[in-house]
Amino acid sequence: MDYLSKLENTSIFLLREAYASFENLCMLWSIGKDSTVLMWLARKAFYGHIPFPLVHIDTHYKIPEMIEYRDRLAKEYRINMIYGENAQALSEGKTYPDGAVDRLTCCRALKTEALANTLSGAWPRYRLNHETGAYERDDCRQAYTGVIVGVRADEEGSRSKERYFSPRDNHNDWNLDDQPPEFWNYYKTDFKPGTHLRIHPLLDWTELNIWEYIEREQIPTVSLYYDQGDGTRYRSLGCAPCTSPIRSTAKNPADIVEELRTGQLANIAERSGRKQDAEDGGGLETLRRDGYM
Amino acid sequence: MDEILNVVTAGHVDHGKSTVIGRLLADTQSLPKGKLESIRRKCLQNAKPFEYAFLLDALKDEQAQGITIDSARCFFKTEKRHYILIDAPGHIEFLKNMVTGAARADAALLVVDAHSGVEENTRRHGYFLSMLGIRQVAVLVNKMDLVDYRQSVFERVQAELTEFLSKVSLTADAFLPVSGVRGDNIAAPSPNMPWFHGKTLLEQLESFRPGEAPTEGAFRMPVQDVYKFTEYGDDRRIIVGQLESGRLRAGDKLIFYPSGKKATVKTLEGFRQQPPECFEAGQSAGITTDPEIYIRRGELACKQGETPPAVCVRLRANIFWLGKDSMQEGKKYLFRYGSAKIPCKIEKIEYVADASSMTGMMRTYVERNEVARCILALDYPAALDTVRAHPAASRFVLVDDYEISGGGIVMERLTDYQFDIRNIRWSAAGDAAENGNRQLLGHDSLVVWMTGRSGSGKTTIAEETRRRLQQAGIVSVILDGDNLRRGLNEDLSFTEEGRMENIRRTAHVARMMAQAGLVVLVTLITPYEKAREKVRALIPERRLEVYVKADYETCRKRDPKGLYHKAAQGEVPHFQDSHGRFEEPASPDIVLDTAHETEESCVQALFSNILSICKGEL
Repeated sequence: MDYLSKLENTSIFLLREAYASFENLCMLWSIGKDSTVLMWLARKAFYGHIPFPLVHIDTHYKIPEMIEYRDRLAKEYRINMIYGENAQALSEGKTYPDGAVDRLTCCRALKTEALANTLSGAWPRYRLNHETGAYERDDCRQAYTGVIVGVRADEEGSRSKERYFSPRDNHNDWNLDDQPPEFWNYYKTDFKPGTHLRIHPLLDWTELNIWEYIEREQIPTVSLYYDQGDGTRYRSLGCAPCTSPIRSTAKNPADIVEELRTGQLANIAERSGRKQDAEDGGGLETLRRDGYM
Repeated sequence: MDEILNVVTAGHVDHGKSTVIGRLLADTQSLPKGKLESIRRKCLQNAKPFEYAFLLDALKDEQAQGITIDSARCFFKTEKRHYILIDAPGHIEFLKNMVTGAARADAALLVVDAHSGVEENTRRHGYFLSMLGIRQVAVLVNKMDLVDYRQSVFERVQAELTEFLSKVSLTADAFLPVSGVRGDNIAAPSPNMPWFHGKTLLEQLESFRPGEAPTEGAFRMPVQDVYKFTEYGDDRRIIVGQLESGRLRAGDKLIFYPSGKKATVKTLEGFRQQPPECFEAGQSAGITTDPEIYIRRGELACKQGETPPAVCVRLRANIFWLGKDSMQEGKKYLFRYGSAKIPCKIEKIEYVADASSMTGMMRTYVERNEVARCILALDYPAALDTVRAHPAASRFVLVDDYEISGGGIVMERLTDYQFDIRNIRWSAAGDAAENGNRQLLGHDSLVVWMTGRSGSGKTTIAEETRRRLQQAGIVSVILDGDNLRRGLNEDLSFTEEGRMENIRRTAHVARMMAQAGLVVLVTLITPYEKAREKVRALIPERRLEVYVKADYETCRKRDPKGLYHKAAQGEVPHFQDSHGRFEEPASPDIVLDTAHETEESCVQALFSNILSICKGEL
């Protein structure tokens, strides 16, 4: 088996373990390349029927194309699609683009808090009605006890310490110093009431592996990742005000694979276009401890 | 697609793992530009002698933001392939992380100091590499510069370690004399050791092969789940799992354990692309079967005609313990094997290995980071492979209070209580199914024929088992030899002829009760093999022969009815005696050794077996 197939088979195994172990399971879909690969793997693992909802945290500052793309794929693949938001911060204008707070505070409100409260069911969730094509307020308020997330160990420091099955207590706390052992395909699938688990099927994938897989499987991705003719493209996608494109003429996944292997990006960090990282000392650790993905 | 090899470095703290790796990165030009110079400069400023280990620490810090307690990884590549070097913590307190890192490795480097030789964590890491199943290991005898590159020192360490590794069933692919500090035999052969003609570290790395799941050998696939997604008219019933070993094709005849259900592979399933012609070890597979069978997560899929696993409730295992709380003899844990989860008890801790001396210690507990040999008793039967028959399929973990706290390897299944439940469970469900009582009662019927000497404990075990069956919702009845003698069989003598007729009548009654759907516990001495054959003939199916075993001396001492005493006085003619009148059963399904086992463990063994047979799917 080639290396990419090994990664794929492991990820599918992990997705199936998660589905067998958690009653209230969901997967985060940020619309970015990693969680889109994860969505694709879930379609493979469950033969086209993803048996849990995909949750998107909408900051309402995402690049508009991302939302169009999300809804197009959700409808085409008949995905059980849910989004959540921090309605209060948005309506009160307590965001960085409003000039009210700094980037980190904005991230914490629109992403971390919105995520925690959407997962716990404390704040409203909106579900895509495939009949009408519109989002409706979801009646189900049950907390998710298993959350599948597309983080990779090579992204930055704190993520290299993650496990495939990573426990969080009821305050969302992550105990870095005492993580469960993982070996021989056995993972932490038993958990105390009041705790929940994050599941990371892409932990061993690198940015290069992601693009190789997108190319091999021909996975539809947002066009923002590709040069549309002006010599720039996004390498990592976030909110419009805090994400800037990089100089690159890569026009498709194959070009990006080539660029990562040999070209200009070989020694530049992937998230260098994400401005909140710099404010967090480059480590994302403050945000991660609070539950940021 | 580039090949990637995961290599773990292990060894005692201060034996120079980081130095060796730092040197390897430097000598293969794998460092970011200017890194080496900047560290040299920093050392100069702080008046510290430069060490290659600083290099690795600096790289790790960059990658890990100062958190070095976990297995850190560094990357380098050769023309042949990419390498991920997993630096396992040498400190004992991080063994849990070492295990997590090492378990993903294709190969291991065990670093040992030429000067100080084998030390505690050299042994401990060696032991763990062996238990984790890492088969490619090279030993680096480091710091050769400190022993004047003497061949005799190298050979002494090699001999010492070879002896130790053979004790833990590990064979090193190579022993390499190196110096991380001086760069001897790292990326280039050393002029300081002309007596050595083997590979350099770099050549050794290039010679390792990527670990592959074993495609040869018997097929094993724990059933991970069964999917039936009915959306959009999809009516496939897909059994999924990852192949631990072997291959799978359409048309293969499968048998699932421990249920014993059989089916043929109808299709291999894929999504959006043509399913493969064959699934191989390591692949996450999905299949449909003919006929569609109802099984669940926890079963083990095997092929008919290949070496079967052993279905058993007791096993001997090697265990390493990682839990915060020590492992205790007599305590219950959750046994996870493949996709099965079965409550179990640590019946006995046979010995605890002392990592510093590698000798066995007798204790009733196992501390964190220790290795021990134990006997486990499972609440329900499991289909197990031993490490000798099937290394990849012999691995299990123990869960304590929701946490994976230990890993283990099945050494052997134990002979007591062993039996083959396959035929019993899946022979025709019988008359009880036809007359509807099976549906009414919610369980299958069974005749449990308990043979054994007077005083061996048949009645005691039967009564307690009946009580537990009742709690579990299983309707059972005891046919007791003594009671039958007071009614149905009061006309019979204790001569051989009388005993045979006693057994014949009882067997008929038992069969009728079983036909009505009951679980019938027969407690009858049944002293002759001839009589047991008669029972087998009269009750050909759904019969469990249980030998309640206790030797003559033990029974004579117990003598609950005073019969042995009376017989000695000549008051009981034809009493079974010590002169061969009780024949040992030739082929019992279960042996309950009441002379050596507790009543509780005998009852539990019998109860759990009856439960698994009569309650259908586990």
